[in-house]
Amino acid sequence: MSGAVATLETPALRRPPRWLVPVAVGVVLLAGYLTMRGTATLPHDDEAAPFLAVNQARDWVDSNRNDNPLFLYGVNYVRIYLGELYAAFETVLFALGWPGLVGVLGALGWLAGGWRLALLGVGGFAALGVLGVWEASVRTLALVLTSVLVALAVGLPLGVRAGRSARVRRALTPVLDVMQIMPTFAYLTPMVLFFGIGPSSATVATLIYAMPVAIRITALAVERVSPTAIEASASLGATRWQTLRKVQLPMARETIALAINQAIMMALSMVVIAALISAPGLGSDIIRGLSRANVGFMLPAGIAIVVMAIVLDRLTMAAAKRERTAQAAPSGPRRYAVAGAIAVAGAVAATLLPARFPDAWILRIGPPVTEAVNWAKFSWYDVTTAIRNVTSDLLLNPLQDVLTSTPWWLVAAAVLALAWWASGPRPALTALACLLGLALLGLWEHSMATLTTVLVAVTVTLMLGLLLGVAAARSRGFSAVQRPLLDAAQTMPSIVYLLPALALFGATRFTAIFASVIYAVPPVVRLVEDGIRGVSPTTVEAALSAGSTGGQLLWKVQLPMARGAILLAANQGIVMTLAMVVVGGMVGAGGLGYDVVTGFSQHSEFGMGFVAGVGTVLLGIMLDRITQGADRRSSPQVRG
Amino acid sequence: MKIRLMAGVVALGLAVAGCGGGARVDTGATATAAAQPSGSGSAAPAGTVNIAINPWVGYEATAAVIAHLLTNELGYTVQKKELKEEVAWAGFETGEVDVIVENWGHDDLKKKYFEEKKVALSAGSTGNKGIIGWYVPQWMADKYPDITDYKNLNKYADLFKTSESGGKGQLLDGDPSYVTNDEALVKNLKLDFKVVTGGSEAALLESAVQAQEQQKPLLFYFWTPHWLFDKVKLARVNLPPYTAGCDADPKKVACDYGELDLDKIVSKKFADTGGKAYELVKNFSWTNEDQNAVANDIQNNGMSAEDAAKKWVEANQAKWQAWLPK
Amino acid sequence: MEAGQDSAAIEVGGLWKIFGPRADRVLNGPDKDLDPSELRRKTGCTAAVRDVTFTVRPGEMFVVMGLSGSGKSTLVRCLTRLVEPTAGQISIGGEDVRAASPARLRELRRHRVSMVFQHFGLLPHRKVIDNVAYGLEIQGVPRRDRHARAGEILSLVGLDGYADAYPDQLSGGMQQRVGLARALAVEPQVMLFDEPFSALDPLIRRDMQTEVVRLHREVGKTMVFITHDLSEALKLGERIAIMRAGAIVQLGTPEEVVGAPADDYVADFVRDVPRSHVLSLRWISREPEPDERLDGPVLPAATVIRDAVPAVTGSGRPIRVMDGDRLVGVVDRVDILSAMGEAPSARVPEARS
Repeated sequence: MSGAVATLETPALRRPPRWLVPVAVGVVLLAGYLTMRGTATLPHDDEAAPFLAVNQARDWVDSNRNDNPLFLYGVNYVRIYLGELYAAFETVLFALGWPGLVGVLGALGWLAGGWRLALLGVGGFAALGVLGVWEASVRTLALVLTSVLVALAVGLPLGVRAGRSARVRRALTPVLDVMQIMPTFAYLTPMVLFFGIGPSSATVATLIYAMPVAIRITALAVERVSPTAIEASASLGATRWQTLRKVQLPMARETIALAINQAIMMALSMVVIAALISAPGLGSDIIRGLSRANVGFMLPAGIAIVVMAIVLDRLTMAAAKRERTAQAAPSGPRRYAVAGAIAVAGAVAATLLPARFPDAWILRIGPPVTEAVNWAKFSWYDVTTAIRNVTSDLLLNPLQDVLTSTPWWLVAAAVLALAWWASGPRPALTALACLLGLALLGLWEHSMATLTTVLVAVTVTLMLGLLLGVAAARSRGFSAVQRPLLDAAQTMPSIVYLLPALALFGATRFTAIFASVIYAVPPVVRLVEDGIRGVSPTTVEAALSAGSTGGQLLWKVQLPMARGAILLAANQGIVMTLAMVVVGGMVGAGGLGYDVVTGFSQHSEFGMGFVAGVGTVLLGIMLDRITQGADRRSSPQVRG
Repeated sequence: MKIRLMAGVVALGLAVAGCGGGARVDTGATATAAAQPSGSGSAAPAGTVNIAINPWVGYEATAAVIAHLLTNELGYTVQKKELKEEVAWAGFETGEVDVIVENWGHDDLKKKYFEEKKVALSAGSTGNKGIIGWYVPQWMADKYPDITDYKNLNKYADLFKTSESGGKGQLLDGDPSYVTNDEALVKNLKLDFKVVTGGSEAALLESAVQAQEQQKPLLFYFWTPHWLFDKVKLARVNLPPYTAGCDADPKKVACDYGELDLDKIVSKKFADTGGKAYELVKNFSWTNEDQNAVANDIQNNGMSAEDAAKKWVEANQAKWQAWLPK
Repeated sequence: MEAGQDSAAIEVGGLWKIFGPRADRVLNGPDKDLDPSELRRKTGCTAAVRDVTFTVRPGEMFVVMGLSGSGKSTLVRCLTRLVEPTAGQISIGGEDVRAASPARLRELRRHRVSMVFQHFGLLPHRKVIDNVAYGLEIQGVPRRDRHARAGEILSLVGLDGYADAYPDQLSGGMQQRVGLARALAVEPQVMLFDEPFSALDPLIRRDMQTEVVRLHREVGKTMVFITHDLSEALKLGERIAIMRAGAIVQLGTPEEVVGAPADDYVADFVRDVPRSHVLSLRWISREPEPDERLDGPVLPAATVIRDAVPAVTGSGRPIRVMDGDRLVGVVDRVDILSAMGEAPSARVPEARS
């Protein structure tokens, strides 16, 4: 920024204005586009070399599975243990019976946070029965517990190591990035090859998704433990192990509990996808509802997932924070006595009540919901089609035309320039490498199509997120009403609301964008709200005392000062949107998502699907690097 | 605490697997049975049959009737596993799937699992005829009577334009796992259309229902048997007629889809050791109408698959009596 | 002034700490004499401690004073190798610290030297009693014993009744008392204080300083106290080492530092210190004029000037300044007033015993 120095010394006319370089670069790129459009566009080829190479690797695994020692002594055992572990959880949970399990949840709720949470635990789990999905819910719970247990058994030690050593952290980060962004679909078939059909492979698929967040948060927690406390411990002659056990781990406890909480949430969000390889539980109801195009059929399972997520979330969060609010919660022997009483009451009830959840208590919400949805489908059609057409004609189609007709080297130059300007040279080179990787993998055309939908979805997400976030920051009431809705939007399996969306918007990219927006808006709203609330009250007071109106306060003080949070929200919006690329492929968005779905469904296209999965990761890293300039956290952030 | 628990589980697993001799996963291994304590793997001794459930309702109808008979007439336990086709085939090899009750072609998979791996074989036709084709809603055929001939499609291409079809008419395709020649057909028949991938069966169903309700034009890939025909009136578009071998080169196809004889696939092990259960599966054969009746009950009359199967079984004694092994 | 070799609690000689790449190369080359910004520009290294030598007597309160960045915190961490020195010798109670094995070093930290930190470094998840007992716990002292000991220490620092509280339920001053108690609980011979009170409010800071003075008197431990606050240094220190850019620029009693700053830097530092609050009558007494009457009030030579004011104003005659039975000199009203108004400068005082 030598320009800043120059202004002080010489009149402004001596140096170029700030906007000149970006504008000049823009003009050059535009000129390049206008003269070169349509050349060097790298059209898609279903039989690109990388796709075939992956197919061959798959075939090798397929034919060596029973001879290779790695499988005989490694993978196959993992498979057996995981199956055993799942079966153990399932047996125990079913042995409790539904009143017993509800009682246990009540007791845990009481221990974690008093009668409110006890009620939530009892009410929430009883609701699973009332929804008519008790058994599926128990299986889902068993699967979530199995994967989270294994994810933590592996993830926590790794996280601790990463938290204590920057080298380990640097080595792990790219691996975690891939684990988190790689669409599960892309490795679902290999999962079956390795671990067979059913709980074992479902557990592995789930834990691959749930583990990174556990590792990241644990590392962060250990890393952030006050250095003075560690030094104090060392100054008293503690060994490294003593310091870890007595200082670092206990002080990181609350954050590590957050890691567990997030791992559970992540695992729950995999329920539906894991059902595609016959994971037991709620997911299969949703898959079946999809093949029947029947919202009423899948909604109870969808709600059950949301309810389970909310109960487990509140319970684990409260358990994590218990220390802080030690005075508020009941303590001492009475605490355990009450908890024990609740659990015993459940166990006694289990012997008195039938083992199956009574049919008479089940509320059948399916048929009325289906009718309501049908009504909406038919009466809103014209409006929704108009919205979809306008968006497509004005935004999607022009953008996609530009991206797909631009020569690849020009896109590369544009990405390089943009990332350099926004984030500096190193991220720019990484972004460029990712883009070239997409070209080399033979994914160029589909990547550009996906990029289009992602860009539009991110734009809509940000606008909506800003609007709702600002509204929530300005009104506590609005925020309180909105939060549970956001929770539901984030945990409800997207397929449930995709069916009506399909009817209203058709099998189009717009439907995919709709799904991404619903999924990505909640974290954006939260970050924006927290960012604005985080603006120092002194500054707000100063602005008000200078006579600012509410609007001036927002535009001149709160939004600029919340810039960091808002940019982080943008970054998060991108990562979340990418997570929905595959779902988009199932509802007409085409692009990489459809390739991944195809790869999962067709033997001969496995290579393409897998490579497209890698492509999604590259696209994600590219967008992250372009936007990370604002936010130094370079990897997908934890939710919450 | 957790670590100790894990260690326990590991020890348990070792014990179960026969003390570390290497866990081989194939159709005959004991390890498989150990990994699935709920009882899968070998069919005859345990009396368990693993039926893959592919994700469409017609399939579910067939599976439900077979499962009903296996359970109630022959006393078997039936495990249903919700799987996509590709994954279900892989299950033959790992011993986790015994039967696929309705298979649509899949010659590549047959080659791989019948001939190369020798772990599966066909158990004969289901009696259902699968017909893939291009369809428009009936109201369009009424309004534009010549639309059902592919030669006239270009004339109406404008009607089918959508936001996704880039100025051409739209031909909507479904789940990527389906057998399709549509890209080649559009090209070789010189149609001014673009194949738009819906990505799922749900995308087709929702579009078709809306096309009827809202009187919107729609040209789409569909197949029979399917319950949708009971709900939405559709007209098939006639492509150049199918002749044997006209679809041999997937890139040069310029003819309609052939009629597929849907068949049942079973694992080799099930064929060898499945006893009466295998006999029943082999003998099973019914018509498209039979399947549609059951499927329609599941889909549109709010019955569970089990209830719909029971209803059909009670009404069609004579048919299924013939399938029972002597 | 120098204590003998055997009686030294801490002895530091030629200590260097250079942060940055290739610290050894800097140390063994000519670059080590460059000034800090030049050194950083040229080598990327920072010399936090430069050739520091001093000794601390047993039972002494030794203060190291300097502005932030002067290297004083690094210096105190080098003493028990919380920061590994680059070169030099350290001995504590006769033991060569730099040659100690990790196990020996742990022994040293566990039993002989303990430390109090600027930001307390308490463990928020433990009760006060368990924070205090932490050092004993890692030594393997049984729970009952360590709690008994921790309870005694808590009453010593005035925290009776807070054993079961959590640190975040206490005020800043009380938290630092816990930090102090934790350091005391292991019964060390040497206590190191790293700016322990700079995060506290002024009033509480004064209380805590008094507290440390009291403890020093009561338990009689050797203490090394780091501060950036001159008045704190003057109040607590028996001797003060003033650090600048990693090196000690002056080492002496408070009176020496204020009365005879070694250079302009120190002079600048102590400019605002009211000399009359630090210097004793010895510093301003003079030979009596021939015609002066020597029958005025008598005050000891160590009396701080300020405290002599009532005596001077109450008497028309000059005060006789006595060191025991020996007359050191006289001081009259004019001398006192000019001493109270005079700014210090870097000079060698005429009167020195």
